[in-house]
Formats: sequence, structure tokens, C-alpha cells
Amino acid sequence: MKTMKSAVAANGNHESWLPLIEVAAREVFELMLSSQLTLPEPEDQGPPYDVTSMVGLAGQLCGVLSVRCTEKGAALMTSKMLGVPLDNVGPEVSDALGEISNMVAGNFKNKISGLGDGCMLSPPTVITGSDYNLHSLADSPGLEVSLLFEGHPVLITLEIHS
Amino acid sequence: MDSIRALIVDDSSVMRKIVERCLRQAGIDLKQVFEAGNGAEAISSLNENPVDLILCDINMPVMDGLEFVKQLAGIPNAKGVPVVMITTEGSEAHVVQAISCGAKGYIRKPFTAEQVKEHVIPVLAGKS
Repeated sequence: MKTMKSAVAANGNHESWLPLIEVAAREVFELMLSSQLTLPEPEDQGPPYDVTSMVGLAGQLCGVLSVRCTEKGAALMTSKMLGVPLDNVGPEVSDALGEISNMVAGNFKNKISGLGDGCMLSPPTVITGSDYNLHSLADSPGLEVSLLFEGHPVLITLEIHS
Repeated sequence: MDSIRALIVDDSSVMRKIVERCLRQAGIDLKQVFEAGNGAEAISSLNENPVDLILCDINMPVMDGLEFVKQLAGIPNAKGVPVVMITTEGSEAHVVQAISCGAKGYIRKPFTAEQVKEHVIPVLAGKS
């Protein structure tokens, strides 16, 4: 019998998961922030991202899912999540971004048959600032989905470790 | 429906605020809302403050939501109080595990205020 782990390992090309990552993100933003994510223009280059939220996946699928955005985008997400004016947003930005990445990761894994039970999520880690290098131990290039949240770029990446 | 006291247990303060807002949007009259960041804090809160409803995450540090629900049997203030889990862990196995631990309802994140209403109102009415 083919297990999910062997299925994941056998399928070195996970590009078929890109639409699932996008749908998982769209649902989180629609349900929790009442906001429709849109697609950026092909020529749009994402600016340096100031806020990065990462959630680890372990078990039948190992890797890291990250959500990156600008500081302004992160503040607006927090404002929308809490239903408070943008001016009232304070230190809860990291908490909000952590929850968003946690929900995107959880929603994504629940869309893959058999993975919901066999893959654990780590608590989110949030990095602020753009002057850093992230060295992934992933075996293949990450899956990236670029989207726009109220005009602010959002980059979602899934790095998969075998 | 009478005014109720609720305990919201989640390690994210943002999520606790969202859950409270959803309860209010569901038309539930909240007399008092208590918050806890994990199961152990929730037990301490319950020992001091009786409530009518508990909403609880699963993945939390110190004491997770499933362990917390198991321990409710030994807390006088928790006797007969319905628990609804709100979590990203959405698999069938997690739902079964939560229900077997004593939870009366299960809401998957992400969620809407309408979904909170659909799950919480029947539980409060003792129909679940």
C-alpha cells in the first residue's frame, strides 16, 4: 500500500500543489479578513518584504510554509482581521501574521488527502526586517505563489524537505 | 437566549479577539469574557470564574486543547459546560479525538461568524 510519505517522496515535482496553496490562502483572506486576493501583473516585482511569517510542517510532509509581505500590508491585514482602524494597530501585527501563516498552512495540508492527520504544524515564527538571508535545506526549489492583498504584495512559499 | 459568560482559550490574542467578535456577531449576549493562552491558564481561570461556554484551540504550548478538555471532568466549575474546539487541525481523526475527549462542537480555521453561530447556538441550546 502506498503511504502518503512515499507518495510525497515519489512525486519530486510538486507544482500541482501550487493551486492548492493559492486556494488555501484565498480562503483564509476571504473568511478571516473579508478580502479577495488578486493576481499581480506579470511585470510586477515584489518589493523587499519587511515581514516574514513561517510555519514548519513535520511528519508525512516536511517543510516550511512562509507568508511574506510589506510592513504596510501586514498592518492592514491586522486591521482587517481585528476589525479596527489601521491607526489603532500596534504590536499585535506579529501575532496576526503568525495566525495567517498558520491558517494557510493548515488549510493547505487539509486539502491534500491523507495529509491532515499525518502532518503536524509548528508554532509560527515571525521575522521583521528585510536584511536577512534564509538558507533552506529543502531538496527542491520552493513553490511560490504571488498575490496582491488590497494592492499590497504577498508572497507565499512552500519549501519541501524530503 | 440569556446573557452568558464565555472562556476563550487560544495562544493567539488576535484569535481570541476574533472569536469574541464572532460570538457577538452571532447575536450571543456576552455578560463576561475570560481569556487564556493555554490549557493550564484556562484551568486556573475556571477555578476562579464559572462560565457557560468554552471555546478552545487545540495546538497550544504548556497544555494543549485536548488535554485541557480531558481535565475538565475534575473541575467543579466546568461541570456541564459545553466546549467547542476552534482549530486549524481539520482532519476527521482530530474531530473524532476532540469529541471523544468531551468537546461538543468543532470549528475549523479559517471560519466565519456565521459558522461560529451555526456551531455554538445548538451547543448552548443543548441540542448537540
